[in-house]
Amino acid sequence: MSRLEFEGLNVWFGDGPDRVDAVKGATFEVPSGASFGLVGESGSGKSTILRALVGLARHWSGRMAVAEAPVTGFKRSKAFYKDVQMVFQDPYASLHPRQTVDAVLAETLKLHGIGDVENRIEQLLLDVGLGPKFRFRYPHQLSGGQRQRVAIARALAPEPSVILLDEPTSALDVSVQAEVLNLLVDLRKAHQLTYLMVSHDLAVVGHMCERIAVMQAGEIVEIMSVEDMREMKAAHPYTRQLLQASLGYVGEEMHGGA
Amino acid sequence: MSDISTTETVGWRAWLMTDAPGSRTQARLASLYNGWLSFRSNPMAMAGLVILLGLLFTAAFAPLLAPHDPFYQTLANRLQPPLSDGHLLGTDSLGRDILSRIIYGSRITLQIVFLVAVIAPVAGLLVGTIAGYTGGWLDVILMRITDIFLAFPRLVLALAFVAALGAGIGNAILAISLTAWPPYARIARAETLTIRNSDYISAIRLQGAGPLRIITKHIWPLCISSLIVRVTLDMAGVILAAAGLGFLGLGAQPPSPEWGAMISEGRKFILDHWWVATMPGLAIFTVSLAFNLLGDGLRDVLDPKSGEGS
Amino acid sequence: MSLLDVENLRVTFPTRRGEFEAVRGVSFSLGQERLGIVGESGSGKSMTGRAILRLIRPPGRVEADRMELEGRDLLSMSERDMQRVRGQQISMVMQDPKFSLNPVMRIGAQIIEIYRFHTGASKRAARAKAIEMLEAVSIRDPERVMRAYPHEMSGGMGQRIMIAMMLVTEPKILIADEPTSALDVSVQTQVLQIMDKLVRERGMGLIFISHDLNLVAQFCDRVLIMYAGKIVETCAADKLHEATHPYTRGLLNSLPRLDAPRERLEVLVRDEAWLGETSVSGRQ
Repeated sequence: MSRLEFEGLNVWFGDGPDRVDAVKGATFEVPSGASFGLVGESGSGKSTILRALVGLARHWSGRMAVAEAPVTGFKRSKAFYKDVQMVFQDPYASLHPRQTVDAVLAETLKLHGIGDVENRIEQLLLDVGLGPKFRFRYPHQLSGGQRQRVAIARALAPEPSVILLDEPTSALDVSVQAEVLNLLVDLRKAHQLTYLMVSHDLAVVGHMCERIAVMQAGEIVEIMSVEDMREMKAAHPYTRQLLQASLGYVGEEMHGGA
Repeated sequence: MSDISTTETVGWRAWLMTDAPGSRTQARLASLYNGWLSFRSNPMAMAGLVILLGLLFTAAFAPLLAPHDPFYQTLANRLQPPLSDGHLLGTDSLGRDILSRIIYGSRITLQIVFLVAVIAPVAGLLVGTIAGYTGGWLDVILMRITDIFLAFPRLVLALAFVAALGAGIGNAILAISLTAWPPYARIARAETLTIRNSDYISAIRLQGAGPLRIITKHIWPLCISSLIVRVTLDMAGVILAAAGLGFLGLGAQPPSPEWGAMISEGRKFILDHWWVATMPGLAIFTVSLAFNLLGDGLRDVLDPKSGEGS
Repeated sequence: MSLLDVENLRVTFPTRRGEFEAVRGVSFSLGQERLGIVGESGSGKSMTGRAILRLIRPPGRVEADRMELEGRDLLSMSERDMQRVRGQQISMVMQDPKFSLNPVMRIGAQIIEIYRFHTGASKRAARAKAIEMLEAVSIRDPERVMRAYPHEMSGGMGQRIMIAMMLVTEPKILIADEPTSALDVSVQTQVLQIMDKLVRERGMGLIFISHDLNLVAQFCDRVLIMYAGKIVETCAADKLHEATHPYTRGLLNSLPRLDAPRERLEVLVRDEAWLGETSVSGRQ
């Protein structure tokens, strides 16, 4: 059964001559329990797909469905938000600067009508590898990795089945990235989560996902399995170019001159 | 991060300086204490605070501090110069002790400051955040109303209000508040516009929070600090506006010892008996300055844009 | 002979809880080579770059036993002389060109102004030089770019313009602080190639500050690895993958790799003892 479905999705910003088409005719589906990656460079529209699904991008056409139930417009029900959660790119921007970890989690639990707040908060902090001593800290008392763990705990709080990950580690140091990626892998296993992950880093997506869609200028140019990607079996020239670039800076090319 | 060589902290200070607070209360107190520490390191702001505490003290204990009854007239003793017998700052045209009048006048000043500080920023915060967060036609209507108020010179508008409502200190305060809110609405709206697109607001929307909760619980706490700073800096202007209305005879009415009204009375003798107008003038000057200094210090502590100071 | 010689460099910031040392006794020298400085955020790598140009704002302090540019002491120089050094002898390219270019000035005018400030050349000569530099960073239509404003440029173009601007005075040393981390991978390669070509052709010294180990390994000649304000290891760039310090090894192993999939990524375990180690010298 497919958990998420996108069919001919168009998303645009602005109107008339200022209209920018961010996503053009994106079609893919994510099976239940799978981890699906969207890769592309900045401005390719990969994050916009996530934002359209959760109602943060208002203008769209096509079809989006969560567990066979289509979504409409940009208003989503409480039930939707209980089922689909999102982790943002920049942990320095996604936590309210005047709220303690405790306040963030308590409010989330309250909004979803979940009781037993005290124990739930303790459990959530343990789940994301933060001890109870982090509970009453403000964001500025936390490192980037710790903040992202709090953001993950917030996303886990309503016990969703789908988590949308918008470049969850691109603002973090590599050693911290490894910790957060490991945590995400563990959580997916423990809670049978479905991931839809956006990243510009092919290696990260390769580590986290089973299938990936490569996006360029708002269009999905190729959907492939990670095994194929590892073996460089890319059909589209843009995918090959990205794969080349992700293997690192190619020195030889440079001697020939740019 | 590299280590920081910590100076020794003991007892309640250590409890407040901790990086791992154990309860909601401790977290809140610790962040207040941190703010206090950075405020305390600014000597000018501390000077402002001390003056204002002095003002509060004076107002609270006016009957004990004042050497004379501020309303007691002895015409035989009129227009005594400063340092004359029993009158440190001299007497006015009706022989009333100026020092006592200034001491009692501090109560009126505080009353003005307090009421304006409660009415204007709250009205501005409401209008500004609602306009900024909802956008669309509501934003347009609210902001055009704000523009209309902003388009009038402040004192002229206050004059018009007082003329319509009748002279008196209560109406003067109301008039000043009515003319003071638009700038706060503008600031609150500008802040809201940047805050509403931030990831943490998106994040709370994705928890199903409605506009009312987002505005009151997530946007207000961030707008309030810059409003507090602005209010403190504006207080000097408010005191002067109140004094101006008093001076024009539209604020506090005689024999009330309001500072502006006192200057107005002293105006007739300003050439021969300078102290009658100067002493209340100095009081206005000192308090206005204190508010400005305090506002500057608070800006350093409260402004979220200036960072956490680490 | 080395272009730059730094010995026991320290950068200190007073905080409410005592002194915070961002750079703690770093020594290195720079010849006509590409020297990479890698480390995570907070390792002091950017502070090192800024300290060389004395761009640390008070109350931060820069101290060193020696900080010499071709034998001239940089620490004792007056602020006025230092201004001449910045831009003319040592240039710096920052991460995001958006914050380094003046948004209300045409690009051409900015390059011309810098060139004339440092050389006193005529307007005409400066203009010719600016166009030449823009061509050198592979900008196809330099005349049009000269007339454009910074916001009209893409990230990659902006960064190339920054490089052109920083190199127009033909400095001896270029400090590049994460010059490509705001760029997409495909553009990244282009910008690096251009920078590399210019540095080689002009016999400059390059200090390349980055968090990206693979990039530094492939792009530089020699690498300093920084941790907590100190250099923990130094090696030839092509030998970086054989590095021995547990911190370097940990960083290398924590990277996900397309060619070597793993169930779990290795997590770097920080050893308290590293903080006590003395800084390795990167002088040659």
